[in-house]
Parts: sequence; structure tokens; C-alpha cells
Amino acid sequence: MNSSGGSGWRSVSAAALLVVAALAAGGCATTRAPSDSGGVFSALGQVDPLEPYNRAMFSINDALDKAVLKPIAIAYQKVVPETGRRMIGNVFSNIGDVWVSVNNLLQGRFGDSASDLGRFALNSTVGIFGLFDVASDMGLEKHYEDLGLTLGRWGALPGPYIVLPLFGPSTLRDGIGFAVQYQTDPLQTLDSAGQRNNLSALRLIDTREGLLAAEKLLDAAALDRYLFVRDSYLQRRRYLVYEGKSPYGE
Amino acid sequence: MTNFLNDFRLATLCLVLGGALMIAAPLRAAQAEAPDELIRKLSVEVIDKIKADKDIQAGNPKKVSEFVDTTIMPSVNFERMTALAVGRGWREATPEQQRRLIVEFRILLLRTYSGALGQVTDQTVRLKPLRADPSDEEVIVRSELVSRRGPPIQLDYRMQKMGAAWKIYDVNVLGVWLVETYRNQFAQELNNGGVDGLLKSLSEKNKQYAQG
Repeated sequence: MNSSGGSGWRSVSAAALLVVAALAAGGCATTRAPSDSGGVFSALGQVDPLEPYNRAMFSINDALDKAVLKPIAIAYQKVVPETGRRMIGNVFSNIGDVWVSVNNLLQGRFGDSASDLGRFALNSTVGIFGLFDVASDMGLEKHYEDLGLTLGRWGALPGPYIVLPLFGPSTLRDGIGFAVQYQTDPLQTLDSAGQRNNLSALRLIDTREGLLAAEKLLDAAALDRYLFVRDSYLQRRRYLVYEGKSPYGE
Repeated sequence: MTNFLNDFRLATLCLVLGGALMIAAPLRAAQAEAPDELIRKLSVEVIDKIKADKDIQAGNPKKVSEFVDTTIMPSVNFERMTALAVGRGWREATPEQQRRLIVEFRILLLRTYSGALGQVTDQTVRLKPLRADPSDEEVIVRSELVSRRGPPIQLDYRMQKMGAAWKIYDVNVLGVWLVETYRNQFAQELNNGGVDGLLKSLSEKNKQYAQG
């Protein structure tokens, strides 16, 4: 743990308080959950009360992305061969499996949680620091979970849609989950600030590179990019929480 | 003379085949195919055709358009899909406006998905168990595209029974319904400029891409 560990944990406990608050709010709301039955968009004003701020932040993110991140991601795609990019992606995916395992544990999915931990152990050793995803080849399927989804399964509603600075689409619930995970991110525990920043930057570029194709689709498909992203994000998250078994007839 | 004979043979063959089809068609229609079976067959056909055709993979607009019209559209109630996306504005639209909405929406979607067809490589389709009553007129069919190169992709379909046949009227990719994704965008245009405003922004978007 580095010297900033103390402040990190303070942030965590602050975030934990917020989590409790969100759960309490979610708990109150579950009694009238059927009001959600028209989909998240039945009462637009409630889904996106922050729309003016959100749209502004969406534009800022977009401008920053166009100026800095996207050109780097395109260059990265050109310069680094696909095999190399896959290996780099694998490394971050492998680190991510730790949190996936924790979240599955928190949701009481002990089998999945153990499998995720097994993936991490295998890929970190036999797979050489995660460069190779040998676990998938051996039939240990990659899962996706995060703290926002765990909170959702515990009954917390998403709350208002929020566009985060730099990180983009989120909700109150998912943002809290994101903040906690970010603070306890394995990369943030590295002792060298240089390593920490370089690896975080590389992860960001890797993620952005993966989104290049999807972005083309977005440009072709959207009449209003902001609405398209928002409505896709909210639906996707709802689907992940209920895994296609939404109680609201989805 | 031989030409005439050939033509005659051909004509007879057509008549016989046509007759056979006319007899067979009602028979086939009488026993409606289960909706999940339709999706399975359609998915296999679509994947096979894309794999076999380099032009479609490259997103050649004319080829993709033909392919969609002959292979996919017969199983889609595209009018309902458009009407649902347009929402309340649909009833305010004249029949001519409705027709144009359908045309423009189709172009928009064709263009969107043309770009993605190149990504069809080793995928196979896996149907999830259908949870529906035989008497249901509306069902959701759930499926997954399975690939060795990544996690499975969920593809779900809202389907309705039209006469004896099942038709798709909404598609869900990875948890995101197509109709729901367009509803708010369309509503915004309708609020700003009515049906004509929506038509205008749709056709401008389509033109902008036709040139680029």
C-alpha cells in the first residue's frame, strides 16, 4: 500500500456511507417498484433531471476525446499489432477479474466467484501475468460484474442519469460503485506513481481502442448522440442487473 | 423450333412449380412455425449468407439492401417497428408521411448495420428456452450469438403472430431494445417540428451519409 493509502481508505468509507444512503433510498423505492413498469423512460423528467448539466459534460467529454484520447487510440490500433493489443487487453481483463470475483461473492454467487478467482490464479501464473487468457481455453468463462450491478441486485434503483467527467455515462448508483472500485483499483496500489499513471493511461487507451468500432456505429445510427448513448446505457445496465429476467416484463 | 420447345418446356415447368408452390404454401401456413424455430432458422440463414458473400461483409450498400429485403424483411413487421419508435406521432401522421417514415427509418437502420456485418466470422446461434404459452400472440424469443473470439452476444426478439406467421417487431442487442433507443430521439424531433420535422432530420441524416 502506498502513502496515499490512508486517504484512499477515507474516500472508501465516505463512499460506503453513500452506498448505505443509496440502498436506503432503493429500499424505500422498491415498495413502489411497479411504477417502473413502463421502462426507465416512462417518466423522462425523473430519469434525467440533470439533463442540462449532463449534456454540457457530454460535450466536454466529447471534445476532450476528439482532441486527445481518440487520436491516441487510433495510433495505438495502427502501431501495436492485434496480438499485442489482445495481450494487453488480457492483462487488464485479468486484473479486473479480482473485482468481478468480489462482486460475485457479494451477490452470493459463490460458484461464479470461485471460478473468477480461479481464472485470476491461472491467468496470473500459467498465463504469465495475464498476457494469455488460458482460463477461458480451459472452460472457465469470463464474467462481467461491477459494484453498480451488485448494488442493483441488492435492490438499489439506478437513480438519476449522470455523465461523469472523463468517464462518461453513469447513474447515481453506478457512479458510487465506480468511485469505490476506482479507489480500491489494484493498479492504484502500485508503489510507483509513474507505473501507476502509465498503466492507468494504457488501460484507458486499451478501452478506448475497443470502442472505436462501436463509435462508428453510433455516428451512423444516432439522430442525437446524447440521447442514443443515455438510452442505450440505461437499458444495458437494467438488462445486466436483471440479466434478461426483469420483473417488469422485459 | 428448338427455341420454342425450350420456352415451352420452361413455361410448363414454371406452371408446375408454381402450382406446387400454391398448393404447398397454404399447407405450410396452416401449421404456424414456432417463433423460436423461426428465429433459429433465420439466424442460421443470415449467418450463412453473410459468410458466403464478401460484398455483404464489406457492407456494399446495394448488396446489403437486397439481402435484407429478401432474407430478413419477410419475417419483420417493419411498419409496427416504425410506428412504435415514432410513438404518439404515428397517429398524427398522414398515410403518406407514415410511408416516408418507414422508408427513411429503414435506410437509417440498413446503414447502421451494414458496417457491422464484416464482424460475422465464426458465430453460431444458440436459442434459450422459450417461456411462452401456445396461445400467446406476443412472445419474446431469446438467443445468443456464440463466438470463440469473445463473450456471447445476447440477441432477443419481440414477436407477434400475424395470421399464421410470426413476425419480428423489435430487436434487442446486448440488452438494448432498438425501438426504445429511438423513441426519445424521435420524440424530441416531433416536439420540435412535428412529423415533418422528424422526417426532415431523418432524411438529412440519411443524405449526409449517402454523400460521405
